[in-house]
Amino acid sequence: MTRFLGGISRRDWMLMLAVLTTFLAAPWFANDYLLTVLILILYYAYTGQAWNIMMGFAGQLSLGHALYVGLGAYATAALYVHFGIGPWAGLPAAILIAMACGAVIGFLAFRFGVAGVYFAILTIAFAEFARIGFDHFRWVGGSAGFFLPVANYAESDLLNLRGKPVMFYYVMLALTVAAFILCHFLLKSRIGYCWQAIREDEEAARALGVNTFRYKMYAVVISAGMTSVAGMFYAFFYNNLFPEQVFSIGRSIEIILGPIIGGVGTLFGPIVGAFVLTALAESLSDVMLVLGVDVPGVKQVFYGICLLLVVVLLPNGIWPPLCKALGLDRNPDDKRGG
Amino acid sequence: MPAEIYLNVAISGLLTGLVYGLMALGLSVIFGVVRVVNFAHGEMMTIAMYLAVFLFAAFKLDPLLMLVPISMALFALGYAMQAGLINPFINRPEHSQFILLVAVAIIMVNVLLIVYGPDAKSVQTTYSFDSFQIGPFIVDATKAYAGAAAIAVALALFAFFRFSRIGKAIRACADCYTGALVVGLDVKRLYALTFGIGAACVGAAGSIMVILVDVTPPLGPAYTLLAFVIVIVGGLGSMPGALLGGVLIGLTEALAGLFFTPSAKSMFAFGILVLVLLFRPQGIVGKKQT
Repeated sequence: MTRFLGGISRRDWMLMLAVLTTFLAAPWFANDYLLTVLILILYYAYTGQAWNIMMGFAGQLSLGHALYVGLGAYATAALYVHFGIGPWAGLPAAILIAMACGAVIGFLAFRFGVAGVYFAILTIAFAEFARIGFDHFRWVGGSAGFFLPVANYAESDLLNLRGKPVMFYYVMLALTVAAFILCHFLLKSRIGYCWQAIREDEEAARALGVNTFRYKMYAVVISAGMTSVAGMFYAFFYNNLFPEQVFSIGRSIEIILGPIIGGVGTLFGPIVGAFVLTALAESLSDVMLVLGVDVPGVKQVFYGICLLLVVVLLPNGIWPPLCKALGLDRNPDDKRGG
Repeated sequence: MPAEIYLNVAISGLLTGLVYGLMALGLSVIFGVVRVVNFAHGEMMTIAMYLAVFLFAAFKLDPLLMLVPISMALFALGYAMQAGLINPFINRPEHSQFILLVAVAIIMVNVLLIVYGPDAKSVQTTYSFDSFQIGPFIVDATKAYAGAAAIAVALALFAFFRFSRIGKAIRACADCYTGALVVGLDVKRLYALTFGIGAACVGAAGSIMVILVDVTPPLGPAYTLLAFVIVIVGGLGSMPGALLGGVLIGLTEALAGLFFTPSAKSMFAFGILVLVLLFRPQGIVGKKQT
């Protein structure tokens, strides 16, 4: 236990505790709009954390993570609507489906030596394949969409994930914290060190006796399973699923932006990135509203320019330099080269 | 259904596929030399298409005649992008380059959305509804012209890389980066030229494509994906491979649209992509990387 908890100073503990307390107390101060924004931030922090396992830890660039979100969403929603199985009971099935799908992609790619850009495009291909497939999958509504029954809930039903935004907020917060802790332990365990060895130099890792195929498979499967949980949340929070939206490459890019902007391979990067990007998008909406600009696309242009500036000016993302500024860079697991 | 229908559909798919191939050729040239995957490729294609629509609407200029000026405009855009933005990213990791080009793509799509709005724009030429009867086959005039123009541009490009000094220098950069530096080539400038040439290719493809399909801003990301599929099927970095891949995907889409539903046609394209990636990752024509 001390091995896993070592390297974190008192000051870092205090800071993390302060952030967590702020998030726990937020619903008492936030109105419904702000709460929704916070849910979005946590959602992207969670999915970013899951994606980061593949890219940040093991160095495998996936551009198709919307696939796992979609599978998780459709699996839990279909079990709920068609068989009345609650989301938490259906979740293991959803995770298994996503993991199996990740395993198939990983097995095919790593066995045949598909790597780098080719692997990234293979993941896009599978996500697009699923998008068009679900468009023609009548049992879950096809391209007309799949809907969960909506009603006004007086009380929050945690078991069936039906209720008010506050409940969804705490569920997402719990998931994000759990993902953070899981990633911390993974990074400090044997599996994490093997991943980092593969990320830095796969040939060298293999020479040292690391079974690179097996560890890359672990990365895909764990990442896919974690991402599918976000899919369940998505389905029950929005209550509607359209293949064009859920599986679109735009969704995959949204998942990826957070950790890259925040800092690939760091534990706090996905959270910081999700916060910065969501806050940026929302404040741009407000600015446009104040200025009275009602032309579609203006907001996205500014968003694109901001993205461009961050990636040009901060090659390692926001977190590493921020970490330095806060005097936290003694923490060894937040170091990442190349 | 009589057999002629299948053949007619196949011919029309093949001709459209040649234009796809020309678009993918641009992507392939850029990746083969600069080793950067242009994630804004389809967006550049839509820029060219909107330029052609604008020139047609304002001055009644035929898109096929505007092919050269539009290609030159896109060349300038590509050159500026590589020289200003991408050159500093050459040695950065792939995900960094990816985000850079995604940001560029987001800006391009939405600027087009602001300028032209979300409605589909099209060009009605005098020959839009003409067709040729060759034996039992009927070929749309637009598709025949489009295919011929695509082949002409591709041949010009092959000749450029084969015979011109700059073309040879660019191939030297692609073969060996360090070697090119050693013999005194200005690699950064050649990269910018390459990106410009790739963009010019897209410009030509866009001004041809506009006589076949209507253009909307969201077409950009769709074409980016299509270009990826084609170059990987043909062989990333291989020029004949890109054309071949384009024809193959064009054929597949046309026949899948006929046999199944048109909305499922890209599923078959992605299916072919998955098969190629698994069994022949270097593509149909591509050489195995060492």
